[in-house]
Amino acid sequence: MRVRVDLTLCETHAQCVFAAPAVFALDDDDELVYDATPGDALRPAVEQAVLSCPVRAISLDGD
Amino acid sequence: MRHIATAGAHLAMRRIDTAGAGLAMRRVATTTAGLAMRRIAIAGAGLAGLTAAQELRRLGYDGEISLVGAERHRPYRRPPLSKEFLLDPEADVALPGTGELGATWLLGQPATGLDLAGRRLLRGALEPVAFDGLIIATGARARTLPGTGARARTLPGTAGLPGVVTLRGLDDARALRAALGARPRVVIAGAGFLGSELAATLRSLDLPVTLVEPGRVPLRRPLGERLGAVIADLHRAHGVDLRLGRRVAAAAGTGRVEHVRLDDGTVLPADLLVVALGAEPELGWLHGSGLRLDGGVVTDRHGLAAPGVAAAGDVARRPSVLLGGELVRVEHYSAAVEQGAHAARSLLGAAAPPGAVPSFWCDLYGHRLRSVGVTGTGYRPRLVHLEPDGRFLVEYQRDGRVVGAVTAGFVRHLSAYRHLLAEAYA
Repeated sequence: MRVRVDLTLCETHAQCVFAAPAVFALDDDDELVYDATPGDALRPAVEQAVLSCPVRAISLDGD
Repeated sequence: MRHIATAGAHLAMRRIDTAGAGLAMRRVATTTAGLAMRRIAIAGAGLAGLTAAQELRRLGYDGEISLVGAERHRPYRRPPLSKEFLLDPEADVALPGTGELGATWLLGQPATGLDLAGRRLLRGALEPVAFDGLIIATGARARTLPGTGARARTLPGTAGLPGVVTLRGLDDARALRAALGARPRVVIAGAGFLGSELAATLRSLDLPVTLVEPGRVPLRRPLGERLGAVIADLHRAHGVDLRLGRRVAAAAGTGRVEHVRLDDGTVLPADLLVVALGAEPELGWLHGSGLRLDGGVVTDRHGLAAPGVAAAGDVARRPSVLLGGELVRVEHYSAAVEQGAHAARSLLGAAAPPGAVPSFWCDLYGHRLRSVGVTGTGYRPRLVHLEPDGRFLVEYQRDGRVVGAVTAGFVRHLSAYRHLLAEAYA
């Protein structure tokens, strides 16, 4: 599973951080950081994060 | 996944009635008996409806999906309408993925009734939509009345008066954006999230803004008294003429609005009156349908309002895990996403995802307020941080237990609250 975030779209609404805290986080400057290759066990949480993103900046591939 | 799609309506019903949902859900998911779910109608083509449709496909449902929408637009993002959309004619609010759903889009004409026994969604004089399963996601409409109930009246002088507007849909936002070019003097009735965000956006254009709020402070109900006072200061610091404890009593003008009168007799010159007094669930079309309507379409904890009928988003009133099952209607973006997906799963008899902690955000003058859980005047606030630069963190408790938090600037703390609150769903 490969996660991509278009950081030019990201407005740090933090909805992904709430949906999948093991994958997405905000750094000390409130910029988004994320694990681009999380384990498959995290897929449901990442899928929820994809749906939750208000600017739809997150995509998921590598099924 | 195919077996999930064939779980029938009466089986879904049995699940509601059965204690020990885990076991019952397994039974639904593994049976192929019962009515085949081949036609799913979604009333409401907004974020919740779209998310529901996407989830149906993700679960492997390959039957018909019909989305019935009052607006002529495909689903779009509503949050920017009070913010960047008003500033940027190029702003794109379309939600992606609508073309890949294989859905039938019936737009520009709302559902006008529900024939529950006949499994038909009515659309005025147009052909009804027959369904095996229904997801109700008709959202909410902007409140235009000073009060609710049988005695409510429109504000004197405002009915049909040009320049008196609400901001709810894409067409509203386009009209408002067009009107801003004439640099109007704007009065906003209501300093809730919408009114406050709109005031901030209009001040960034340096337009004169009077913000009229009936409460003692802006955002008192969702944030509480103390934080509301912080927001009031923020508005004033950015040049908003803030009138607290006042209501708009009337609007008048020749041909279009020219002035607005407050309940203390004050007359304000105005070229535009934006009524931002909240929204009410779009329920009118469901009266007499047999569904339980009580400040929203009432559902069980699976989001089901009746066998084979789910409700999601602004229109739904669902039991809150954080509040011990108390029925709540939540207008957050995150709730539309979560409930839309949940409704789709419940309709097909698929296991529910672990519930998501509610969250929302609001942009004011370069500050982003974020919340998790439930917040506001119903709960005991505890100020954790308040910095001179305007950053703050407030938590809310009920019966000694934390149920929510709001922050500007302490986002990582909010993540910790989210973790804490998520335990309620475990």
